[in-house]
Amino acid sequence: MAPETLLPSASPVRFVAEDGTRVDRHGEFAEPSAERLKEAYRLMVLGRRFDVQATALTKQGRLAVYPSSAGQEACQVAAALTLNKQDWLFPTYRDSVALIARGLKPGEVLTLLRGDAHCGYNPAETRVAPQCTPLATQTLHAAGLAHAMRRRGEDAVALALIGDGATSEGDFHEALNFAAVFKAPAVFFVQNNRYAISVPFEKQSAAPALAYKGIGYGMRSEQVDGNDAVAVLSVLDDAVRHAREGHGPVLVEAHTYRIDAHTNADDATRYRDADEVAKWREADPVARLESYLKLQKAISDNEIEQFRNDAEDFAQTVRDTLNAEPELDPLSLFDHVYAEPTRHLEAQRAALKAELEA
Amino acid sequence: MTTTMAQALNAALRDALKDDDNVVVFGEDVGALGGVFRVTDGITADFGEDRCFDTPLAESGIVGFAVGMAMGGFRPVVEMQFDAFAYPAFEQITSHVAKLRNRTRGALSLPMVIRIPYAGGIGGVEHHCDSSEAYYTHTPGLRVVTPGTAQDAYDLLRDAIDSPDPVVFLEPKCRYWSGEEVSFTRSGPGMDQAVVRKTGKDVTLIAYGPMVATALATAEAAKDEGWDVEVVDLRSLSPFDDETVTASVRRTGRAVVVHEAAGFGGYGAEVVARVTEQCFHQLHAPVLRVTGLDIPFPAPKLERHQLPDVDRILDTIARLQWADIPVVAGA
Repeated sequence: MAPETLLPSASPVRFVAEDGTRVDRHGEFAEPSAERLKEAYRLMVLGRRFDVQATALTKQGRLAVYPSSAGQEACQVAAALTLNKQDWLFPTYRDSVALIARGLKPGEVLTLLRGDAHCGYNPAETRVAPQCTPLATQTLHAAGLAHAMRRRGEDAVALALIGDGATSEGDFHEALNFAAVFKAPAVFFVQNNRYAISVPFEKQSAAPALAYKGIGYGMRSEQVDGNDAVAVLSVLDDAVRHAREGHGPVLVEAHTYRIDAHTNADDATRYRDADEVAKWREADPVARLESYLKLQKAISDNEIEQFRNDAEDFAQTVRDTLNAEPELDPLSLFDHVYAEPTRHLEAQRAALKAELEA
Repeated sequence: MTTTMAQALNAALRDALKDDDNVVVFGEDVGALGGVFRVTDGITADFGEDRCFDTPLAESGIVGFAVGMAMGGFRPVVEMQFDAFAYPAFEQITSHVAKLRNRTRGALSLPMVIRIPYAGGIGGVEHHCDSSEAYYTHTPGLRVVTPGTAQDAYDLLRDAIDSPDPVVFLEPKCRYWSGEEVSFTRSGPGMDQAVVRKTGKDVTLIAYGPMVATALATAEAAKDEGWDVEVVDLRSLSPFDDETVTASVRRTGRAVVVHEAAGFGGYGAEVVARVTEQCFHQLHAPVLRVTGLDIPFPAPKLERHQLPDVDRILDTIARLQWADIPVVAGA
């Protein structure tokens, strides 16, 4: 493959400007259907409401911590929408909205962050890997699983979500290299939200864009305006198709912005000023897609109203779910350390049981 | 016919590949070369690239890729070329390999084996001779096994590959070329079991991996000193076979733990604690350790001072308070 075909576009792929008007900066990428864009919008409205609700629940002590997805809804919804049921998604801790868009229940998504258990859903059934905290480590699993599925002749791809900071981790580079060498049907989707907790992108990488890291591994790559849902969905659809058809992995970088602090425990005013945040609020992905769909007459006011009402109902479900105190069994701590409990763990389990009954 | 440990491991891989289509073998130089220790010799030629393949030179990548393949239904057996070269994979091993079953409450399991040639005795230069077992035994969710004989190399590797749990499989480099008659019928003890390699009534030597042969040599030499030494080969470091070990120590009343790894904070400390807690009233002396020195592994020309040997073990046995035994009339 000629090296230049691996390079990303010189500037991020874009279909829609901040005001919702159509722009032509998308090369040969095709616009997704109006139906899919409307579905993306519905899920973004839902995801935005979910995110606000989850953030509120941390303040009430219902969640141990919540890393907000605010501002990244276009990326996270597109990541879920671009996949089929048989495909695998590898999320990080910041990708709750992607999991909601994938169809997981709020209680399942927030189990980790509430502190009940490390994973609230069955990855084998949902084909969603556990939300990953150790940065970039999941990208290798995605590469390996993609390779495994290809070996089995399954029509499936693996999409790994990753942040800008995590692209500095060694595992990211090893994953790109392994995926490319084995031609694994994997898509690595970087949400460059410009901050790794407090460290701005300028201190993270000297690359012109993270998408340029693909060519060094012989991997096709692309960069996209991460707040333009039309563009993100289009570029991801193309990347997933490329991988699915056996042409190898793809690296996609979305330029976006983390509107909220790193988590509720973080204070973003210590490292960035309000003007910068205000500027990015103007580029809000939900409002942009709404304007676009309206201008295209692809959505009615009634439908928008309906989506918002549904999102309110959903928020109520989130509250109800999270306000119910879960029953946790301390003895279950020993259940899944090994396939069968060892004698040593059986003894510790008996000791804990006695302690509980004392 | 004599089979060396390296050949026994090769046979175990071949038989596992034959028995289960999901078994795959990969790592650095395991293909055409057959591994730097030739453990995978001829396997790619006989089973094809799909079953045994070279990877890019990146240990975290190898283990992380294996996690993904295991999630996809394969049973990967990966090779880390040397003990200290496995450290880049440490995060994958401790944060993912060991924990995925637990994190997903049993929904995902990782039946995979990480083979690591370890310990000294081959004159290797820097970073080629670490005894890294305690890092892995200190990580819940991993099984850690190590063969001391060619027979165990075959049996334990077959069991490790069949295990539904991830196994760190530590291969004592210095034993690769030692051989014995090996049976390929899998009729040995289970993977979790320690075995008594030699019975004796005066003192139990507890050893594993590279030190099993040294312990047996010590038992032989101890006859001249009038000590009848029992040798227990742990085989499985985690989980630990309390039953076999404590039964032996209760019989002999004395115990010495032998390992090559540094003693401070080492695996032997756990063994001593467990034996003392469970056998206190049968012990005639404190349980002692013979370990590597608490220094970074030395350069080859000074290596012999690091490794426990027969003399050092005999000296330690001599310190087991023999004189304190009350002389019982008629005994």
